[in-house]
Amino acid sequence: MIRWLLLLFGGALLGGVVHLATIIGLPRTATQDAYARLSKIAPVNTVTALPAPTPESAIMPFMDPAFASAVCRYDLSQAPIKLTVPVSLAYTSVSFYTRYDVAYYAINDRAAGRRVIELDLMTPEQHNQMPEDEEITAADRLIVESPTVTGLIAIRALAPEPGLMPMAQNSIANAKCLPQPTNAGAR
Amino acid sequence: MRLLFGTIFALAVAAVVGLGATYLALTRGAAFGALTIGSWTAWPKTGTVDADPYARATIARTGQLPIALGDGVSFTAQSDDDGKLLDGRCDVVLSGVTPAARFWTVTLYNIGGDLVANSINRFGFSSQEIVRHADGSFEMVISPRASPGNWLPTGGIERYAMVLRLYDTAVGVSTKAGREVPMPSVMTRSCP
Repeated sequence: MIRWLLLLFGGALLGGVVHLATIIGLPRTATQDAYARLSKIAPVNTVTALPAPTPESAIMPFMDPAFASAVCRYDLSQAPIKLTVPVSLAYTSVSFYTRYDVAYYAINDRAAGRRVIELDLMTPEQHNQMPEDEEITAADRLIVESPTVTGLIAIRALAPEPGLMPMAQNSIANAKCLPQPTNAGAR
Repeated sequence: MRLLFGTIFALAVAAVVGLGATYLALTRGAAFGALTIGSWTAWPKTGTVDADPYARATIARTGQLPIALGDGVSFTAQSDDDGKLLDGRCDVVLSGVTPAARFWTVTLYNIGGDLVANSINRFGFSSQEIVRHADGSFEMVISPRASPGNWLPTGGIERYAMVLRLYDTAVGVSTKAGREVPMPSVMTRSCP
């Protein structure tokens, strides 16, 4: 009897380990996470407009139908990315996600304070390799460091009422995310 | 032989306990740092790099992109203020005021996260569309039948979740539930 109780206890302890291991391992093995879903329609380093969600079909669950959205699936392995997003009339936001869909940075039109949200996305290594003098002129340049080499940028513009949706879609249609070769080698 | 049976028994217990706990955690939406106000719950930390492993696993399983904290906060209600699950065949009234934010939206989803189908293709309201009382408060009716004022159709769906998203708001990780964050009340008015 004692023996079976001990085995039960040991099994439960081992179950705790199994639980933690599956929780921690799940993001790395998920095949239907947002990154995988968007990989099917979004080419690398290009801004792709997302179709508006409808009850029958949506790229991702829980999308806000009041927003026009686009994504840039980035890959920084070759070069940093330069992101330019013109702001719309109401509210525009740009959110950055790692390869495992964790949000690490977000900026909106008011925080950017200009008509265009402009920033450079790079890995910490690429940031360190930037020449010193460029760092000084970069004072008014917004630099974002990505914790992972690949990831997602979600660009979203609010249509305060359904009739303004085409305007919101137009404004993010002009967003660009382009690889920017570092000119460190040219100097 | 006894050793073999014992080992199999212990491993079976481990599998049931471990996988069962994982399944429960992911379907119930267990993550730390929940901010609950009335019937509304938000996980502001899920939109940051400090997201805990449970939040990360939930994000990966559902396939959504969580709203980043610098962008906004998303509150979900699955039941009314009396704890009754939201039923699309009933008249539910959302009333009151929202915490300070530049914009907010209210949207209905089914439990899987799809928009709720209805005949007029109205899936939610934004703060700009809503008709308000003189004091700035509003009242929204969520029901299968047309209703005057701010009407959000349910299409008669049995269960749904209501999501209130605040954009460009001060509500976040350090927010404590209380008077400084007034959330609208959710009341089931009548059920057929």
